[in-house]
Formats: sequence, structure tokens, C-alpha cells
Amino acid sequence: MAILVIAEHDNENLKDSTHKTVTAALALGGDVDILVAGKGVKDVSAQAAKIAGIRKVLACDHVSLKRQLAEAMQEVIVPLMDGYDAILAPDTTTGKNFMPRIAAKLDVMQISSITGVESADTFIRPIYAGNAMATVKSSDGKKVITVRPTAFAAAAEGGSASVEVIADPKGPLKSEFISEELSKSDRPELTAAKIVISGGRGMGSGENFAIIEKVADQLGAAVGASRAAVDAGFVPNDYQVGQTGKVVAPELYIAVGISGAIQHLAGMKDSKVIVAINKDEDAPIFQIADFGWVADLFTAVPELEAELTKAGF
Amino acid sequence: MKVLVPVKRVLDYNVKVRVKSDQTGVDLANVKMSMNPFDEISVEQAVRMQEAGDATETIVVSIGPDKAQETIRTALAMGIDRGIHVKTDAEVEPLAVAKILKAIVEGENPDLVILGKQAIDDDSNQTGQMLGALLDWPQATFANTLTKDGDSLTVGREVDGGIQTVKVSLPAIVTTDLRLNEPRYASLPNIMKAKRKPIDAKTPEDFGVDITPRLTTLKVAEPAGRSAGVKVADAAELVAKLKDAGVI
Ligand SMILES: Cc1cc2nc3c(=O)[nH]c(=O)nc-3n(C[C@H](O)[C@H](O)[C@H](O)COP(=O)(O)OP(=O)(O)OC[C@H]3O[C@@H](n4cnc5c(N)ncnc54)[C@H](O)[C@@H]3O)c2cc1C
Ligand SMILES: Nc1ncnc2c1ncn2[C@@H]1O[C@H](COP(=O)(O)O)[C@@H](O)[C@H]1O
Repeated sequence: MAILVIAEHDNENLKDSTHKTVTAALALGGDVDILVAGKGVKDVSAQAAKIAGIRKVLACDHVSLKRQLAEAMQEVIVPLMDGYDAILAPDTTTGKNFMPRIAAKLDVMQISSITGVESADTFIRPIYAGNAMATVKSSDGKKVITVRPTAFAAAAEGGSASVEVIADPKGPLKSEFISEELSKSDRPELTAAKIVISGGRGMGSGENFAIIEKVADQLGAAVGASRAAVDAGFVPNDYQVGQTGKVVAPELYIAVGISGAIQHLAGMKDSKVIVAINKDEDAPIFQIADFGWVADLFTAVPELEAELTKAGF
Repeated sequence: MKVLVPVKRVLDYNVKVRVKSDQTGVDLANVKMSMNPFDEISVEQAVRMQEAGDATETIVVSIGPDKAQETIRTALAMGIDRGIHVKTDAEVEPLAVAKILKAIVEGENPDLVILGKQAIDDDSNQTGQMLGALLDWPQATFANTLTKDGDSLTVGREVDGGIQTVKVSLPAIVTTDLRLNEPRYASLPNIMKAKRKPIDAKTPEDFGVDITPRLTTLKVAEPAGRSAGVKVADAAELVAKLKDAGVI
């Protein structure tokens, strides 16, 4: 069985979600290749070639692939699929965008956001915001799969696969990149951070997020948010953790002024340790928190900061 | 411009999901069902485009059991012109939904199809992208802003790093994200008016689409549970506990 993994990257660095997707691919059993599609992807291809257990890396370098828009990715990937029995990509906004197009072109039903591989045709995936876990068996000839990175360990480094440059995609395309407004931060990326501290509607304003940012900087943590905090304009959309935002599973998740709606829990309940700070002792978040602190966040969070300072953070 | 809006009837987002004890699925007996929340945003968007003069006709389509007509009526009450109900009691996977929608698009010739980014029951996030591929149309998924200029759309998309803006030529597929708009509530007069709006009755067979599932659900289980831990009284206790747990 030949398996293709689509690399997630920003044309400079390979993202860790690729390593995790490779782990899922290896669990299917077979030869695993990685496709790096982008613009100026020499370095990224070299990084991908170092992942252990890889047969080879395919590199496609073209200006139309710089942002990995779905239509361009489709042009590159579909012609390759004659040679593969399965294709996997991380279920990031990039993977979610292009993968179903590949599936439809191959007349295959995609298996979205898998969290487990039972066998080469049977997978586990969350449904209903993770309130149920479905085991599904695919009868399609080829498998098209998106992988939830938090559910898999990262594949190790130490490989030395060859890199093969493949033909440019066909054009012209009916979609065009215009611009990008990316949140800039020196803090770790939300999905990769070991510690995440998130604020909810209880924060009251964007300015008030400064108190949790201080704690985040002490702990080297990423800052996240509930949908309510994003909708209220306190923080940008890419902070949203949940069913329809990002899924995180850090060592430590601290929820501040978040009630614990199922849509929020869907994005963080696989964290190792959960802390909740909320003034309402009946808030549902306390039902899943390892450590609950019933307190007003405006006094509790500064106290936590002071205590961490005392402890040398 | 003609706009088509596919909507799905799903378990209401406020309902607590219960897995059946025989692990065959989720208990849907006597629970509240509603329009998929993302589809409400799509409907709102189509109605606003019509109010702004960008859209000339709006059509809602739902594939599902008889009750899916209620969901169509909700969209009509929000301001959509007419409906198409593709009746089936079977569970229809996104690939088959996309094929039925493709056939409807070929009959109706809309310039734009607005879908939700994700149905909150199957959490697939596929149908719009699949329809785009089947029609060879461009797509702008996870839309946060949308403006029409001439024969193209400029769409701000919610992506993992922030907002990405793309331009797609019409005809095109758009899928909606949470912050594109805030859906209206239908007023009583509009609910009354919606009762007289036409709904076309169809079946998957009318479109020659085979809806046999490609995925078989072997089991539906409860996720690994988490239970409430302990309460801490102050910051000192919390920091001590976190150190003991080895997470800071
Ligand atoms: C289709 C759909 C998708 C969704 N997707 C997501 C998603 O991906 N992520 C997500 O998070 N939500 C999502 N939601 C929204 C979700 O249902 C909740 O509305 C949301 O999570 C609530 O956010 P919150 O907990 O910040 O706000 P609230 O529920 O209003 O809770 C605020 C909490 O702050 C506490 N508080 C207030 N002031 C203080 C204070 N001074 N000190 C301490 N505590 C205080 C209150 O006691 C309360 O518990 C989605 C909803 C829908 C319909
Ligand atoms: N049975 C259906 N009838 C009409 N539209 C649907 C149906 N299923 C899915 N859709 C559309 O496809 C979107 C994405 O669904 P999904 O790919 O299942 O997550 C939904 O928000 C709807 O717009």
C-alpha cells in the first residue's frame, strides 16, 4: 500500500502537524511519501526528508502554491493519486480546505478529523462536538483522510529520504490570493504550546486580556479564547478554541472566565491538566477541571501572577 | 445573481448528546432539532445580498426526512424566496449531498452557492468543497466577510493564522464561518408569509444519485470521560498543585 501525506508548512518551516499526520499514515501500514507543495520549498522538503520512516519526498514548487489554495492543491494532487491508495493531511484550515476537493474528484467519501487508526480501512473520529466517538469503516478504493494532530504523537526525526521534484500544476485558476492579516505574537502557537491560558466572556474586554497575557509570558504559554470572547471582539478569530475553532491538547489548560459550553470543551477536554477560574461555582467547566478555583478573575489572575513570580517564574 | 443555500436539519446545538447504550448511534428520539447554526448564517447572508440588490433570487434546499421541510420553512421565513426538499429517510453522506446539489445547480444555474462550513452533527466540513470540485467552481471557505464586485467575490476567510482574503470568480462556492453575520429572527408576519412560499418536492432518484453510504459506522461510543477534580482556595494552593502534577 502506498500512502501520501500532504505537508503543512509556511514555505519556510515544516509544521509539527505533518509529523503527527505521518504517525497516523504509518499506522495504516505501507510506504509513506510526503508531498511538499508551495513556493520556494527547498528547505521544507529537506526538513520533511528527515522524518523517520518516509520513503521519499515529492516537492512541487510553483507560485500558485504559495498559499496552498484549494484549487491549486487539487491540480497538483489529483494527478498523483493513481500511484497511491491513501492520502492524509492534517485537519488544519488548510487541510480542511483542499482535501474534500481531492475526495470528490476521486469519488471517495472523506474521513474527517480521525483520532485513531484501527486498521487500513477503519478509523475513529469524533462526531457531535466530540460527545460521541464513531468507529467507521470505509468501502472506498482509496482513502482520503484528515487527521486531528492532537490525537497522534509526532513521528521521529532521523530519516534521510530522497527528494523528487515534480511537475508544476496546470492553470489558470479561478481563485486568487489577495492578502493576509496574520496575528503576530512572540508566544508559542496555540496548537503546539505545552501550556494554554484562555479567556472567555468573563474577561469583559480586550484590554483585560493583559492580565492573562502576563501569566502566559511567565509560563511560556499560548493565549486562547472562547467563541464569546472572539465574537465580542476581545481577541482575533484565530484564538478560538472549540468545536469550530482550534483543538488543543496541552499539558496544562487554564480556562479563565469561561463557562464550559460543550462547543468549547470539544476543543480542550483532551488537555492533560485543566484549571478553571470562574466566579460561578456551578459553571459546567468545573465538572471537567482537575483544579477549580471559584473566584473573581480580576483578583485571582493577578494573585496567580504574583504567586508564580514568587515561585521564580 | 441567483443564490442557492443548502441547509441541514440537525440536533439543536443546546441539546445534550446521548450515545445509545447499544452503541449504534446517538439518541435522536424526541429531541429538539434545528437548522444547522452555520446554515442560518448562510441564509442570512443570501437574504442580505438580496436586500442589497446583489442577489435577484434566493433558493433554499434541504436533503432529509419530511421534517426537513420545517427547516426549509424557517429559511423561507427569514426571507428566502422558495425551497426545494429532497426527501429521503436515509442518512446521506456529504459526498452524496454534494452530488445531489450538483444536479440541482445544473438545473437551477445559480451563480453562487452558500453552505455552512460544517454540520454540527457529523462535523465533516466537506460538502461545500466537494461541490466545488464536482462543478469545477472555485471556493472561498470559512467566510468572515464577503463583498461582490462585478463578476467576482472578495472573501475574508478565518484561517488558523488569522484572516486570509481571496478573490474568486463567479460562479463560486462560499462556506460560512461564525462571524460573517448575525442571523435574524423571523418575524411573525414573515412566518405567515413563508407558509405560502413554494417548496418543490424531489427525491435523490429524481437526480439519479446513488446515496449508498461509503462509510459504515461500526460503533458509536462515549468519549473518554473526565471527572471533576478538586477545588483550590488560593493561588498558593493552585501553584503547589500544578508543580506536584509536573505541568509547570
Ligand atoms: C455552531 C456553534 C459553534 C460554536 N463553536 C464554539 C467554539 O468553537 N468555541 C467556543 O468556545 N464556543 C463555541 N460556541 C459557543 C458556545 O456555545 C458558548 O456560547 C461559548 O463557548 C461561551 O463562551 P464563554 O464561556 O466565554 O461565555 P459565557 O458562557 O457567557 O461564560 C462566561 C463565564 O465567565 C464567568 N465570569 C464572568 N465574570 C467573571 C469574573 N469577574 N470572574 C470569574 N468568572 C467570571 C461567568 O460565571 C461565566 O461562567 C459555538 C456555538 C455554536 C452555536
Ligand atoms: N442533508 C443536507 N441537506 C442540505 N444541505 C446539507 C446537507 N448536509 C450538509 N449540507 C450542507 O453542507 C454544509 C457542510 O456540511 P458537512 O460537510 O456535513 O459538515 C452544511 O452546513 C450544509 O450547508
